[in-house]
Amino acid sequence: MKTKKLINDGAAAVDEMLAGILAAHPRHLRAVEGAPRSIIANEGPRSGKVGLVIGGGSGHEPTFLGFVGKGLADAAAIGNVFASPPPDPIIECAKAVDGGAGVLFMYGNYAGDVMNFDMAAEMLAMDDIEARTVLTTDDVASAPIDQGERRRGVAGNVFIFKAAGAACDLMYSLDEVERVARWANDRTYTMGVALSPCSLPQTLRPNFQLGDDEMEIGMGIHGEPGIARGPLRSADEVTAELLDRILGEMKPKRGDHVAVLVNSLGSTPLMELYIMMRKVKMTLDAAGIEIHLSLVGNYCTSLEMAGASITLMHLDDELQRLIDHPCDCAMFRSGEVLR
Amino acid sequence: MTKTITVDDLKSLLNVIAEAMTRERDRLCELDGVIGDADHGIAMELGFSAAAKAVAALDSATSDPTLVFNTAAKAFLNAVGASSGPLYATALMRAGAVAKGKSSLTDDDMVDVFVSLARGIQDRGKAEIGEKTMVDAWAPAATACRAAREKGMSLEACLSEALAAAEAGTEATKDMVATKGRSSRLGERAIGHIDPGAASATVVVSCFKALFLS
Repeated sequence: MKTKKLINDGAAAVDEMLAGILAAHPRHLRAVEGAPRSIIANEGPRSGKVGLVIGGGSGHEPTFLGFVGKGLADAAAIGNVFASPPPDPIIECAKAVDGGAGVLFMYGNYAGDVMNFDMAAEMLAMDDIEARTVLTTDDVASAPIDQGERRRGVAGNVFIFKAAGAACDLMYSLDEVERVARWANDRTYTMGVALSPCSLPQTLRPNFQLGDDEMEIGMGIHGEPGIARGPLRSADEVTAELLDRILGEMKPKRGDHVAVLVNSLGSTPLMELYIMMRKVKMTLDAAGIEIHLSLVGNYCTSLEMAGASITLMHLDDELQRLIDHPCDCAMFRSGEVLR
Repeated sequence: MTKTITVDDLKSLLNVIAEAMTRERDRLCELDGVIGDADHGIAMELGFSAAAKAVAALDSATSDPTLVFNTAAKAFLNAVGASSGPLYATALMRAGAVAKGKSSLTDDDMVDVFVSLARGIQDRGKAEIGEKTMVDAWAPAATACRAAREKGMSLEACLSEALAAAEAGTEATKDMVATKGRSSRLGERAIGHIDPGAASATVVVSCFKALFLS
């Protein structure tokens, strides 16, 4: 059975979405001339500022291009659904936002993205633009802790990109932005649960099977199988299990501060996310951990997948300052007002 | 019997692969849906269709095999991105390098081209045999093709050997735990499923064989 989507032509879905996004956010975003898959902030480039280029496959909106704007990323390279962009749009992004202080690439750790961004970096080096890379690897479920460099990047991207983007906005050097980006990634932990599959616009077929009464803990944002499949449990039980894994690795002390993200994978509504948030607050209160900032909603989706993820960023003074730094993007605004 | 392989033959080859990927698209997506993100068939169809279209636009009278391979590489890469984009683009560029300076290819050249495709994929992806990737089809296929040629077999027979090796290599991925690519996060759970990249590689190899069946 085919899934139902409001599209015109599966093969045109990404480009038609981009046209709609540019129509909706002309104050924030524009495409690079002649490079429709290279979306940059209207603000910038700024001389002497490190340019932050993010990117990856489509289907995760508002990740990635929703986080392009002043105080966050300068550009996003857009791929097909769930597929890395090729080197060309990445290169166009980098050239457009280079302010002479170098460019940092940040994206989730997936084989395809790594090959395409690395090819782009090699080609940029020939034009004397230095592009460095920090991969995000916040998905606790995707590899054991001793193989942390193999982990996937998922919803925690928003906090990690936010910290790095703030550092760029504060005119940190490329070395310092890179250091902050790695530190932010090291301190960010995400665990997700999937309740029902998504389907690609080109196939309209569910991309995995899950029983009517089943859920899968740790499933990836492209439907990659997770770590355990079992009967659907209550919001409190699932939230407790996700947090248990996260806190087990984070090892916070009483009085520590965290930023919390309760993220929908697509079709799970705010009602369910807030029910989970309630349990997050109860659990963190009991552990004596203070929530400095919380985000609840669609931040890193997987088309129409049902399910949610929880992200904690373990804040220190520097990360807290960077997370609080104002930003103004097409689909995300932040600053003191959000607290 | 040795025959000359022309620019038009190479254009036909890319066209045959593109048509095969359109036929196989849904099967490859289903294989990928089990252990990955279900888009592999889409990427392969998109990539080879773009490559076939780009080379069809080349003027055969003024083009050489290197231009065909390089044009195909660029078109594949820009249409797809993903993992298959850099892998197949690198493969096709290596083929272009092997063919450099030649206006047409001999059977020996074609064996070199075939082996260089496999080498390009392996170099870009940095995968070895046994890691449950397309290398498990490409590497044994290249080895078999080269070995058959050294025994003096015809190009057609070499490609038959290559296809048999690719099929066996693909089947062997069933019992492997992936250590590269997206399914590497599955551990033991990937066992019992063939790798979609190896399956699509076998489709490519079968097209080589079909085209050079005299």
